[in-house]
Amino acid sequence: MTTDTRHTDTWAAAPAGGRAGFAALAALTAAALVGALYMVFLYAPREREMGEVQRIFYFHVASAWLAMVAFAVVFAGSILYLWRGRLRFDRWAAAAAEIGVLFTTIVLVTGPLWARPVWNTWWTWDPRLTSSLILWLMYLVYLVLRGSLPESPRMRQFSAVYAVVAFADIPIVFFSIRWWRSMHPVVVSGQGMNLEPEMVHTLIASCVAFTLLFALLFRMRLGIEWARLEAQRLRRILLERE
Amino acid sequence: MSILRLAAWVAWKDLRLELRTRQNFLTTLLFAFIVIVVFNFAFDPGSRAARESAPAILWVAFLFAGILSLANAFATEREEGCMLGLLLAPVPRGVIFLGKFLANLAFQTAMEALILPIFVVFFDVRFAGGFLPFLLVVLLVNVGFIAVGTLFSAMTMGLRLREVLLPILLFPVIVPVVIAGVKATALLLQAPAASGWIPWVRLLAGFDLIFVVVCYAVFRYVVEEAA
Repeated sequence: MTTDTRHTDTWAAAPAGGRAGFAALAALTAAALVGALYMVFLYAPREREMGEVQRIFYFHVASAWLAMVAFAVVFAGSILYLWRGRLRFDRWAAAAAEIGVLFTTIVLVTGPLWARPVWNTWWTWDPRLTSSLILWLMYLVYLVLRGSLPESPRMRQFSAVYAVVAFADIPIVFFSIRWWRSMHPVVVSGQGMNLEPEMVHTLIASCVAFTLLFALLFRMRLGIEWARLEAQRLRRILLERE
Repeated sequence: MSILRLAAWVAWKDLRLELRTRQNFLTTLLFAFIVIVVFNFAFDPGSRAARESAPAILWVAFLFAGILSLANAFATEREEGCMLGLLLAPVPRGVIFLGKFLANLAFQTAMEALILPIFVVFFDVRFAGGFLPFLLVVLLVNVGFIAVGTLFSAMTMGLRLREVLLPILLFPVIVPVVIAGVKATALLLQAPAASGWIPWVRLLAGFDLIFVVVCYAVFRYVVEEAA
């Protein structure tokens, strides 16, 4: 382990792919999202008991999926940062955490919108709802921790440690579901909510579209971060010349 | 010397310091006592609501007092530059974590041992499910809570916002511990003895195992930068 890289605030190269790669990713994501919208509203059949409101489920689950992908990236970036000490890995974690918190917020908003007509209540302390809320809180706190420290190896190291602890906590929070009585439909095991094949296709399509959306947002966020560091570097050079 | 023996030396240093000043321990104890007293006013004495909320009140008192104590766990090291001395000791960083963890665990358990009789008297609770299982639950909650708490306490020791940051960092992570502690305690206090507390003990044991290992492993990243 080299300690020198921990103290460099520079970032060697712009995010990979270049302008053409970015445009291709953006176009692909847009197409996938339009396709997913088509499937959600026109392809998937109307749910017999819940009616049209059930269609929110496709974006609710896809958002939850995206958030999980994002939190996995936060963990990967944090582990890599602790191991290698490269600024870039820290920025991966930060970018993914912001996206993860955003989409967990969407999960927490779309859930009650669906639950109100179906469960006849906005919010219950159902375990899965509760775990989503706790997850949301943990990564919000991660961002607060980042914000409360000045940019330094210490800030990066502390937030990486917190991210590792938070990620290790996720399975325990979710395992507790098994010992709580849940009224949340268990979609993955196929019980509770019987999905038609068309519904499964739609769910897969919206998850794919949201995965692409994550890649796009992540890439954009890193691009902004790179531009910010580059601007800082240029400003330093200019100040030295004066 | 084995790792545990070395850790015991670090813990002994903290215990001896506390035995001489008693400052942190007594304020923490007083705080837990006040929480229990103040919560009494929230319910009609002897009512069903008071009885049903008793486990939650007990754990709120234990955990809030514990956080107060944890917030100061590294303050003494920080003040006189002792942390540097501790870090210069020819031991792995994990040993320092274990020592601090053991000392905090001892403070927390001692505080709880003194608060518990007061709680039993004020809330008139009976341990229908047995007192030993309850002790097991308390010990398991303490291990998980103090392990993560010690790590975050080391992290926040030098920060301006440490009094606020420590609870904010700690509470979301220890939510499984809080739920398991309160649920298991409620089941053990139930009048016809219930056996549902065993899964919660398993959950607590799993949490403890994972987080003692994780916190031990990542502690060095925290102190290297904090010192």
